[in-house]
Amino acid sequence: MIQIENLHKKFGKNEVLKGVDLNIDEGGIFAVLGPNGSGKTTLIKSTLGMVIPNKGSIAVSGMSIKKNWRYRKDINYLPQIANFPGNLKVRELIRMIKDLRQMHSEEEKLIQLFQLEPFLGKKLSTLSGGTKQKVNLVLAFMFDCPLLVLDEPTTGLDPASLISLKELIQKEKENGKTILITSHIMQFVAEVAEEIIYLLEGRIYFKGSIEELKTKTNQADLEHAIAAIATIPTYV
Amino acid sequence: MNIIIVLVPLIGTIFGVMYYYNSKEFIELLLAQPIKRSSIFLGQYLGVAGSLTLSLVLGLGIPFLLYGLFKSDAIFDFALLLVTGAFLTMIFTALSFNIALSNENKIKGFGYAVLLWLFLAVIYDGLFLMSLIIFKEYPLDTFSLAATMFNPIDLSRTLILLKLDISALLGYTGAIFKQFFGTNQGLIISMLMLLLWTVLPIWRLVFISKKKDF
Repeated sequence: MIQIENLHKKFGKNEVLKGVDLNIDEGGIFAVLGPNGSGKTTLIKSTLGMVIPNKGSIAVSGMSIKKNWRYRKDINYLPQIANFPGNLKVRELIRMIKDLRQMHSEEEKLIQLFQLEPFLGKKLSTLSGGTKQKVNLVLAFMFDCPLLVLDEPTTGLDPASLISLKELIQKEKENGKTILITSHIMQFVAEVAEEIIYLLEGRIYFKGSIEELKTKTNQADLEHAIAAIATIPTYV
Repeated sequence: MNIIIVLVPLIGTIFGVMYYYNSKEFIELLLAQPIKRSSIFLGQYLGVAGSLTLSLVLGLGIPFLLYGLFKSDAIFDFALLLVTGAFLTMIFTALSFNIALSNENKIKGFGYAVLLWLFLAVIYDGLFLMSLIIFKEYPLDTFSLAATMFNPIDLSRTLILLKLDISALLGYTGAIFKQFFGTNQGLIISMLMLLLWTVLPIWRLVFISKKKDF
């Protein structure tokens, strides 16, 4: 699904990605983990073409993403910070994105699921952080695309919505989709993810299943395993 | 007339910078969608420049129409005023978009944009006059013509001034300018120059937008 080869990215003097090689197969849930500033968002934004890499190549569904924009039809992206144009109403925003994608969408069900009906006529600038994140989720899940990229999907959600989100992710997985998630909440990762990609200092430090990670670090739970991973020699 | 020539670029500059910084979130939202980058930025630019141009043309045009423009002989001069005004809007919106794209810091971007307007509208003229005074012993016809060409505000001003047949007030220099700008060839060259002033910033806008990280 995604092939990344020797990816380098610098922001000024700050070298964020230092040669990332990554192969993500079709189907399944992959969690990209790593401490703050390890390059998770940069990696995701490079795959989306929002950040232009200095070196290296990325291919999505076999297509190189360089000077290409059509491949983004296959991707649903949930940005980390829900930055929406504040002067739009929720309904207008959803209609606009639908108009842009020209695809079949299922926003009705999602709006019901996250109980967004009372907010549809409100402006985005007046919404709370959690509600904004729900709108964000609706926009990300309403199209039927083979690849889902979720950057910190849990921020600001209440427990009920969190459960809905988990169900939603499981359902998408059963439909055979590839899902890429970044999160700092290990409990959430342990529940949904199948495979872990651990980024540290701009390189991939570990890639494998949760079980592999636990046995290699000799830790019983994921949180401690992730905390321990950086102190142990590389596993890749 | 003079007010239009100076104010139109200022409005274009301020609106361009303000609009770009205000729609940053919108751009980020669109970038994750299957749309070409150049379409996003050209769309934004044309949206601002187009509506500003339209408001200029309508805002100036309607009152003059009501005043009975079609019956007067000034219609050609007036059309020229509108065309140069439209060009100035396009040029300065494109320039301000360029500045805003290259500066993440809003205050800096605003400062540079206003400075650019100030330079082209006021300081350039001052420098131009100073150079004419310092080098007054030399033949300056070609130099002053060229220097006028390199500033879209000056170019528009001279173009309109000479169309209005008040070049006699400018004496000898006026005669030379009249000789150049008054002819069709001069008009075509100046229009081409204005077009170049529009196309170059737009081209650079597309070029940097392709390389920028969000």
